[in-house]
Amino acid sequence: MPYAIEAEGLVKRFGATVALDGVSFAVETGSVLGVLGPNGAGKTTAVRILATLLAADGGSARVAGHDVISQAADVRRAVGLTGQYASVDEALTGRQNLVMIGQLLDLSGRAAKTRAAELLAWFDLTDAADRPARTYSGGMRRRLDLAASLVGRPAVVFLDEPTTGLDPSKREDMWGIVRSLVSDGSTVLLTTQYLDEADSLADDIIVIDHGRVIAHDRPDGLKRIVGSQTLTVRPADPGQLGAATRVLADVSGAVPKLEPGRTVSVAVGGDEAMTATVARLAEAGIAVTELSLSLPSLDEVFFTLTGRIASSDDLEEAA
Amino acid sequence: MNPQATATVAGVLPVATRTPTRRWPLLRHSLVLAKRGLINIVRTPEALIDVTLQPIIFLLMFTYIFGGAISHGSTHAYLQFLLPGILGQTIAMGGIAIGVNLNNDITKGIFDRFRSLPIARSAPLIGAVLADVVRYAILCVVTLGFGYLLGFRAHTGVPEVLAACGLSIAFALCLSWASVFVGMIARTAGSVQGIMTLIVLPLSFGSNTFVPTKTMPGWLQSFVHVNPLTHLVAAVRGLLLGGAVGSDVLWTLGWMGALLVVFVPLAMRAYRRRV
Repeated sequence: MPYAIEAEGLVKRFGATVALDGVSFAVETGSVLGVLGPNGAGKTTAVRILATLLAADGGSARVAGHDVISQAADVRRAVGLTGQYASVDEALTGRQNLVMIGQLLDLSGRAAKTRAAELLAWFDLTDAADRPARTYSGGMRRRLDLAASLVGRPAVVFLDEPTTGLDPSKREDMWGIVRSLVSDGSTVLLTTQYLDEADSLADDIIVIDHGRVIAHDRPDGLKRIVGSQTLTVRPADPGQLGAATRVLADVSGAVPKLEPGRTVSVAVGGDEAMTATVARLAEAGIAVTELSLSLPSLDEVFFTLTGRIASSDDLEEAA
Repeated sequence: MNPQATATVAGVLPVATRTPTRRWPLLRHSLVLAKRGLINIVRTPEALIDVTLQPIIFLLMFTYIFGGAISHGSTHAYLQFLLPGILGQTIAMGGIAIGVNLNNDITKGIFDRFRSLPIARSAPLIGAVLADVVRYAILCVVTLGFGYLLGFRAHTGVPEVLAACGLSIAFALCLSWASVFVGMIARTAGSVQGIMTLIVLPLSFGSNTFVPTKTMPGWLQSFVHVNPLTHLVAAVRGLLLGGAVGSDVLWTLGWMGALLVVFVPLAMRAYRRRV
């Protein structure tokens, strides 16, 4: 089975709104597909159709080799779903939540308990295991929710904006979790609003806008399409801002821009600009407190691909 | 995350450790979900107010405020008449909670989790209704127990009292499917509460709960005679105080069947359509 997920011309309407307007893509088994798009692009709708929560109005989809409509039960046996909002029972403890899912997956009582303990340990929730989930922090809740979707060791995992609302360190944790899912052989479909997230996790990225796939590429290819990254420098001594600006101009061949907060930034073509800049700054004896290379934001990606600003109020994301 | 356990976290489950051929999946899954409902009840005792404090306050209020006036000075005689009615009324009002809770569950997303699992779509609803058995049992104990303290005495034996409780609980479970249905179609938990109150209040007051039917105008009497709560209350009254109960029990059972036939499919349909 080369493809774990195949979507063919998916169409979904909510009243007069077209949430999906013929979306097609395929995800190779064992790989990660990043679905990038603003709020309301149709990401969640696509995930809900693939996870059998919603029936499409047109098109077809197969997940883990099973049709999402005619073989929905087989699909459900093969997938795990983690939504934007942690869907755990807040009155139940973390452990009770996971044991309940195990029992609903037809594990024996003992097997469900063993699996719950295993997941709690892995997600660093053992200490909080016997507290009601309502006492958990946002990050803990998100981990419990993800654990709940992994109880059945799904071959295909859907992660709908898994890091939205998480602080940066928790985001890194979540990225690590996604990578280990893949190394354990799962196929992952991940929706996100962040290009850097898709870039760092996905083997393939599709960009969705208004229910249509407007780009489908490998991260490198997509970055080439959307062009430059931004290199930002903040000299330790504000007096050296001018010298730093000259270095950036030399390295990039473009005109650097002074930013608020005594930093200077410039658009650069590739990752190698970073190394060159480091060497030149050292040569010129400029100490820096900040030196970063950042990918274009989703807004910039959208502007390049569509020629207009992405707006989240174009279409309300279906709940 | 704990890197030591990495190897076991994902990957496809070996077929041997799963037991897909276990029997009665719908019943088993519903019971697992009913247990979830019970844990919720234990963890949020304030959610039991409608089946504990409510019958107590109604008993006190009606017995001592209206009892004297209605029963010409004898609050005890009124209490004997009133208690089966309070049981019926609080059962109808207790049914509101399940619709509110299920509506909340859907809004919060826990139902997405259930719907993404390979279990029958109806299991979460059946589980919620089963968990309510415990709530209604508490309701019966509290109402009869507190009534006893106020001076209520059953004139029949233990089997009849148990039969009265059993009939009340069974009726409550059937009626709760109406609440489940409203919980599925209403947009918010607040509107479930509002809609159900609008239905339950005329049912409980437009019955033989508080005053004998013969004191009412004719048009109202016709409503009272078809009202399912009237028959439940009359049956419970007969079972607790003695007298013929056959036809009222039959009427009650008929209504229970009708409620199930109408509202279970409606609730299931609304649940499936709910996005």
